Amino acid sequence: MKEKLGLSKGKIAEARSLASGIVAPVLDFIDGHTTVTVERATLRIAGADGADADGVPVPNLIVDQLRAADPATLEGGALEGGALVHYVNALIRTGGGTADLNRRIAEGYRVGSEPLGDREAIRRKGAQLVDIGLGKVKANRMQRSAKMEEWKGRNNDPLLYLIVATGNIHEDVKQAEAAALRGADVIAVIRTTAQSLLDYVPFGATTEGFGGTYATQENFRIMRAALDAVGEREKRYIWLTNYASGLCMPEIAAMGALERLDMMLNDSMYGILFRDINMYRTFVDQKFSRMINSYAGITINTGEDNYLTTSDAYEKAFTVLASQFLNEQFGYAAGLPARLMGLGHAMEMEPGIKNGFLYELSQAQMAREIFSEHPLKYMPPTKFMSGDIFKGLAMDTMFNFVSKATNQGIHLLGMLTEAIHTPFMMDRYIAVENAKYVMNSMESFYDEIEFAKDGLVVNRAKEVLSQTIEFLHEIGEKGLLDAISTGMFAEVKRPKDGGKGLEGIVKKGNNYWNPVEEALKAGLGLPGRGRDYSASSAGDASSAGVAKG
Amino acid sequence: MANIVRPYGDTLDDGKVQLSFTLPVPDGPKGREAARLLVLSWGFKECEVVNSAAVSDDFTFYVAYGKTEIGVDYEAARADTASEDASMGMDETCAFVKERFGRKVVIVGACTGFDAHTVGIDAIMNMKGYNHHYGLERYSMLEAHNLGAQIPNERLIEFAEKVNADAILISQVVTQKDVHVQNLVNFIELLEAKGERGRFICIAGGPRISNKLAVEIGYDAGFGKGCYADHVATFVVKKLAEKARE
Ligand code: B12
Repeated sequence: MKEKLGLSKGKIAEARSLASGIVAPVLDFIDGHTTVTVERATLRIAGADGADADGVPVPNLIVDQLRAADPATLEGGALEGGALVHYVNALIRTGGGTADLNRRIAEGYRVGSEPLGDREAIRRKGAQLVDIGLGKVKANRMQRSAKMEEWKGRNNDPLLYLIVATGNIHEDVKQAEAAALRGADVIAVIRTTAQSLLDYVPFGATTEGFGGTYATQENFRIMRAALDAVGEREKRYIWLTNYASGLCMPEIAAMGALERLDMMLNDSMYGILFRDINMYRTFVDQKFSRMINSYAGITINTGEDNYLTTSDAYEKAFTVLASQFLNEQFGYAAGLPARLMGLGHAMEMEPGIKNGFLYELSQAQMAREIFSEHPLKYMPPTKFMSGDIFKGLAMDTMFNFVSKATNQGIHLLGMLTEAIHTPFMMDRYIAVENAKYVMNSMESFYDEIEFAKDGLVVNRAKEVLSQTIEFLHEIGEKGLLDAISTGMFAEVKRPKDGGKGLEGIVKKGNNYWNPVEEALKAGLGLPGRGRDYSASSAGDASSAGVAKG
Repeated sequence: MANIVRPYGDTLDDGKVQLSFTLPVPDGPKGREAARLLVLSWGFKECEVVNSAAVSDDFTFYVAYGKTEIGVDYEAARADTASEDASMGMDETCAFVKERFGRKVVIVGACTGFDAHTVGIDAIMNMKGYNHHYGLERYSMLEAHNLGAQIPNERLIEFAEKVNADAILISQVVTQKDVHVQNLVNFIELLEAKGERGRFICIAGGPRISNKLAVEIGYDAGFGKGCYADHVATFVVKKLAEKARE
């Protein structure tokens, strides 16, 4: 890919090294802790599923009962810690399969009521369950790769990404099919308003949501099947996206990995800043969820675009770049290769700014050059969209232009009705037609255009990079947690011990046992204790990325 | 005197209206004719379907022009302007409060329920305000508490009781399936159950909120798009003075 801005390689390296220094102490904390949802994600990969008559999911029943009986159970001091050991033990005791055990648990059986039996048997059985669970994930990854290989070159470039958000999974399917038939490559099912604050993942197909649809494993399955059918018809792989965010980040990642989702919104700080979730909780959860995503070959999307809804996009452009660097480092630490990191950014400057278009072009080109192997998720104008839908359509057209002109990877289509309601079917149609028109007509634009040497575009990018380095220095001095608590990101302040989900954090003791974590780490080549329970390595992590060379 | 007006295309009273909509039918001549008949059934005298496009196998998007003869009496239209008054700026409001009440007026605000949108309530309350209009926190004679987003109704009421608030501001941005109405109504019901509705001035705000809607469901006023702290402050202090007189 041709570079056009003449950005200093030294400065880019400096920014990366600052970011790496900033995340290091946070990673130490992360590795010493687990959370209730990490435990539940582990259980899910090992086969725990279902819900009781009140809709409480089996993984929650297990973890809640264990904690209620003895808060130290999950830690693992004198006895083996972690929820999985008890699940496996119960499985051996009851003598049936996981489906049978799940049913019993849903009917009131408590896995913690059994004394732990022969440890070697538990370890063997645990390894077997992990092999089965991660085996499914691996099979999904291979199926995705195979289909992408078969239909190579049939997706748009950048990938056209569309949102469905009716609240009812069956309506979502109709909307998604329509969008995919018109040309969308990626369908994201937006989650319902309340879900990120639920400390459980609802069970089964759902038809009631506000501003989005519940992420449930059954809903994933339904949408996956529908998109696969459209894909076969169109000979184009249709990517399915959901949100590994909120209080159940790792569980949603696990469910997505099991049901072959292809992308996950998965930011390291979004939950803290925009959902008021405790920062320690989020940091621990994001790493486990990212390890799962990486193992599953799922492309993550980060949420830097959101900063620009509470901060000014021109003034605070450097916070976006700084966050991209941080997300990147957290990503590498969780085993994500660059090609699976859809780092986020957005076109959110006030449309009245003189030369605003050039600044947007500069920002997008800068991200492209600094993160040259990352797919980059580019988000449309939202904040300044208004009831003037015709102006809105013009803004979206400019956005389509910038995206193609700077070779972005994942292009979230703007909706002319953004300020009014979640998209109608025709809004998506208009958006896809607009993007196809713009992008087709400027197919080779990237290679044709260069920027004036000392011009506005080049200078702006240099300025933002310099500001970013300064900002990263400041964060480094304070420490990331203090930086967040003093409002350095998105102008939102979050106290370290505030927010939701703090009570769900558990310190790992010496005897904490999590063979899923061990297998993920081994498969991803990450440092960690314990031996590899998985049959083979995930180092090849699928060719599913949309990286740009 | 009546002043009947009609849509204007390029000639007075030509009655031209632009429409676009989707029907759950496949694209084709039959669908276009159905679309045309549908538009005529809405009272249009003429209709031309100028574009149809398949959105999927079973859905089609239409653009149509209609011509209407129906007019409306402009003079008879009554705008709801209860929340349009921004006559008192920051200094005036503060002077008014000092003189009338001799104490700070206490205002509590939040975006309630599961709604996580803070930008709207911040625009009204935060120091820096919005579009060069300072927020309530900057008013020296107001004691403004912004609790942020995702605040349960119960907690908001508790807090308002604790600081002995004069007015409660509620922001609701997510409106799908009328979740905002349910949430706003629930708040009033909770207050009424406690016998405290009269204790506070209650104000709802958000991009899809109108004064009409807010008043209908039991609020003193509602504020929508384009409103600033000036509007809210003016309303609150005038209303408070009115209450004091009663
Ligand atoms: C920014 C934004 C976000 C940010 C919010 C960041 C934050 N901290 O606030 C983020 C990214 C987090 C977000 C999330 C979501 N969002 Co949002 N978001 C927007 C967006 C782009 C802009 C809103 C905004 O900030 N406007 C600027 C402010 C200043 O305007 P305002 O809110 O209207 O406020 C003014 C007036 O209304 C009034 N006002 C507002 N409140 C009050 C209160 C009082 C008391 C008074 C007096 C006045 C008042 O005064 C303000 C100044 O004039 C809009 C689209 C748009 N362009 O409007 C979508 C939008 C509001 N979001 C929407 C949705 C659906 C969501 C999600 C539910 C999506 C999802 N499923 O995850 C989540 C919400 C999750 C949750 N729990 O709530 C929908 C709502 C659709 C609907 N009508 O129901 C919109 C319209 C987008 C869309 N077309 O789908 N969003």
